[in-house]
Amino acid sequence: MRLSSIFAIIAVVITGGILLYGVSDFPSFGDPKSPANAAVPGSESVSQYFITKSYKDTKVPNLVTSVLADYRGYDTMFETVVIFAAGMAIFAILGSVGGESQPRVQEEESSFVDGDHSRIIVGTTCRLLVPVIQVFALYVIGHGHYSPGGGFQGGVILAASFIIIALSSDLDAALRRLSEVNYLRLACVGILIYAGFGVLCQVLESNFLDYGVLQPILLTDGPEMARSHSMLGVEIGVAFTVTAIMFAIYANLSSRGTLRDGL
Amino acid sequence: MIFAFDIIILVFLVIAAIISLSVKDLLSASMIFGIYGFLICLLWAEMGAVDVAFTEAAVGAGISAVLMVATVFNTKRKSSD
Repeated sequence: MRLSSIFAIIAVVITGGILLYGVSDFPSFGDPKSPANAAVPGSESVSQYFITKSYKDTKVPNLVTSVLADYRGYDTMFETVVIFAAGMAIFAILGSVGGESQPRVQEEESSFVDGDHSRIIVGTTCRLLVPVIQVFALYVIGHGHYSPGGGFQGGVILAASFIIIALSSDLDAALRRLSEVNYLRLACVGILIYAGFGVLCQVLESNFLDYGVLQPILLTDGPEMARSHSMLGVEIGVAFTVTAIMFAIYANLSSRGTLRDGL
Repeated sequence: MIFAFDIIILVFLVIAAIISLSVKDLLSASMIFGIYGFLICLLWAEMGAVDVAFTEAAVGAGISAVLMVATVFNTKRKSSD
């Protein structure tokens, strides 16, 4: 064993020991007296507030979505921006590595019919599966405020359906459905939808992402339903960006940034 | 929180983590990393964090495994150390 690996093992053991020692001070799972759950004297507990008031405030049954998209909407907006920035960084790196384009080799379509039977089975199965996956993804996005799910999960599932097309036939078939220009547009439009909801609230003389004032625009029963509907709109924006960036990362990674041939 | 269930998942989690770190073939390492993501997803679902579990199932077990496989196909299959 080399000397450097002995030092590495010692460092790992010491760090792990310190971390385990730190865990022993944590409150136990579901402890009502833990700092996150208990009220500080003089101010109300945050968890108690969300659990008791969030349905009254927003009319959204899924507590997680109401915290994520409304009370902590600013956080979620910049999570989406982080995904966007990650995608842009990957395009910048892979685009400079694999930028040189080779002349395209035109392969004949007849090979699909002649020999490769396994490819027909896989291709047909995936073609049958893709619409079902996409409908499920839209369900997850649309019901994000009623059941588990939302923009991030639904967007990833939607991107997975495009990746299945790219895996079962080839990358060109997927890029015909969601081309390079269109996925870049979709990624930008998603963030613009999210930020647009915030700016619209500011135009109506309230705080950024304070959805309650959108009631006269959305024509809802009250500010609670306006917040509920705005959450749906914001989730759709997140889903646009996540779908576009996830598919774009796969397309760039599998083709070394050239967007040709794929795996 | 079901204690016996928890122990089983945690044991498999540690096994999957060690195997995915030690295996030389990077393709199987990324597959086992997908299994690791799915076990974490089970753990979260069992603790009642269904939204987080859903995200982990979609991102950790689904997309990230596919992205790693795509990277392995475009680089070397074997790990050098």
